[in-house]
Amino acid sequence: MAYQIIEGCVNCWACEPVCPSNAIQAARPHFLIDAGACTECDGDYADAQCASICPIEGVILDGRGIPVNPPGSLTGIPPERMAEAMAEIQAR
Amino acid sequence: MELTVVKTDGAAPAAGGCASSGCGSSSDKLAHLPEAIRAKVHNHPCFSEEAHHHYARMHVAVAPACNIQCHYCNRKYDCANESRPGVVSEVLTPEQAVKKTLAVAAAIPQMTVLGIAGPGDPLANPERTLATFRELSEKAPDIKLCVSTNGLALPELVDEICEHNIDHVTITINCVDPEIGAKIYPWIYWHNRRIKGVKAARILIEQQQKGLEMLVAKGVLVKVNSVMIPGVNDTHLKEVSRIVKAKGAFLHNVMPLIAEPEHGTFFGIMGQRGPTHDELQALQDECAGDMAMMRHCRQCRADAVGMLGEDRGDEFTLEKIADMEIDYAAAMERRAAIHAEIEANRAAQREQRNETFVSIASIKRSAASPAADIERIETRPVLMAVASEGHGLVNQHFGHAREFLIYEASAMDVRFVGTRKVDLYCSGGDTCGDADSTLSKIIRALDGCEAVLCSKIGYEPWGELEAAGIMPNGEHAMEPIEEAVAALYREMADAGQLAPAAETASLSA
Repeated sequence: MAYQIIEGCVNCWACEPVCPSNAIQAARPHFLIDAGACTECDGDYADAQCASICPIEGVILDGRGIPVNPPGSLTGIPPERMAEAMAEIQAR
Repeated sequence: MELTVVKTDGAAPAAGGCASSGCGSSSDKLAHLPEAIRAKVHNHPCFSEEAHHHYARMHVAVAPACNIQCHYCNRKYDCANESRPGVVSEVLTPEQAVKKTLAVAAAIPQMTVLGIAGPGDPLANPERTLATFRELSEKAPDIKLCVSTNGLALPELVDEICEHNIDHVTITINCVDPEIGAKIYPWIYWHNRRIKGVKAARILIEQQQKGLEMLVAKGVLVKVNSVMIPGVNDTHLKEVSRIVKAKGAFLHNVMPLIAEPEHGTFFGIMGQRGPTHDELQALQDECAGDMAMMRHCRQCRADAVGMLGEDRGDEFTLEKIADMEIDYAAAMERRAAIHAEIEANRAAQREQRNETFVSIASIKRSAASPAADIERIETRPVLMAVASEGHGLVNQHFGHAREFLIYEASAMDVRFVGTRKVDLYCSGGDTCGDADSTLSKIIRALDGCEAVLCSKIGYEPWGELEAAGIMPNGEHAMEPIEEAVAALYREMADAGQLAPAAETASLSA
């Protein structure tokens, strides 16, 4: 099983140096994970490193194809609270 | 009547009674610092306001990765047209960065400082950052090295920073309260995990404070940058300023939040506003106390090249520097000669300034003369905008200005209070299609200013500025800025335009 980087990745480099398996390649149009090299950080870390530092929601999928960082998980604002949060921020 | 004594000779002014903005002129604002520190910053454009008129800086973008998320940053940094922190055109390897630095130092001899500021966090990319510094300290010993960081990885890297002769470090500290921090930093990457919310902010704050203390203990100069975010940390920054000052930071730089929806940042998309000019200046004044405040920051890109406020990065792309042959030994000699010339100019300007500020004090004297029955009336302070392309002179055509320096003149001193960016009014040629709307934007940007000093100005903008209550002035072209501002202030006082606001109101009633 391997993680996967998909469209939406902004090529920010954050994941590349933290991968314990050197499985991440700086590619275009976006970075890629070498499925043969990826271990899902099993045995190295409790959490997959690329997904723990990636700043973009939804662009890293786990071995089952599920986004590790779903919408709202990185901004801290769940989608259903978005309108409310925006109103609060705009009132500042 | 007893006159306040304004600096009259070349010696540093006495500490007593001087606010951080200094006595006489804003260039004295570092005067309270020990000589050793003043020597370190006197030709650093980002650490000394006076130096930024004369010397240039460059950033090399070797550090793409980041270990935290700030709500004012978009990690998609690759943009040619935006000018703000965290944006670059191309990420460089350390080898490319060294070559670029040598090329720029040879071509722009005023360049004194090489900084690494991103586009991510330099200390989240320690190998790349330190490799660049290591090689540069060998190959270009006349260049000052500095680094800018969010502070998360700072404590563990302080020793290495010191080993590499990096004696200027900037830490961005937006808060000391984790509850406030959680509204600015949604998460950090810490010990191989993503940590969110208040817990994340608490760790970040602890690391920043610890890093600051460690650097100060080692004698490294620390500047603290803070982003002013209205409704989030604006009033809190006064406490931040007090704390970092107590811990030994020597300069605090409060910058306005930049947040536009098109930047794709969280704050931009959510509609968080930035501060107004007045809000920013009021906070900077409140934070000032007896610590130096930096007001000349241009919030430049992580690959900016040139004088502050200008970016000549396009002249030094990887493609262009690949073919350049650089004789650095010869370049270093030329740089030394040019730096000596600049220093001679600065010394002459300081001399002139000292004379000016003796006479500016005499405004008060004449206003208080027994003959005039206006003893109590003090002339009110006035904001003036200045168009300058460097050397500390009023030497730019109004239509060529991309930014204006803002000075506050009063009866006692002239102080620099900030810069305001504008779109270029005149792009040359005769296709000034939207010149009108550009001019009205400039007039809005100069809100609060009563005069604009420039080397020349066209007939049309002259009329519109005057109509908007901003008096254009080309009479002081090529004069040192503070001298020119003081002279114009004196002219306004003599013309009776500077009665205090209350007086003016009652006169016109």
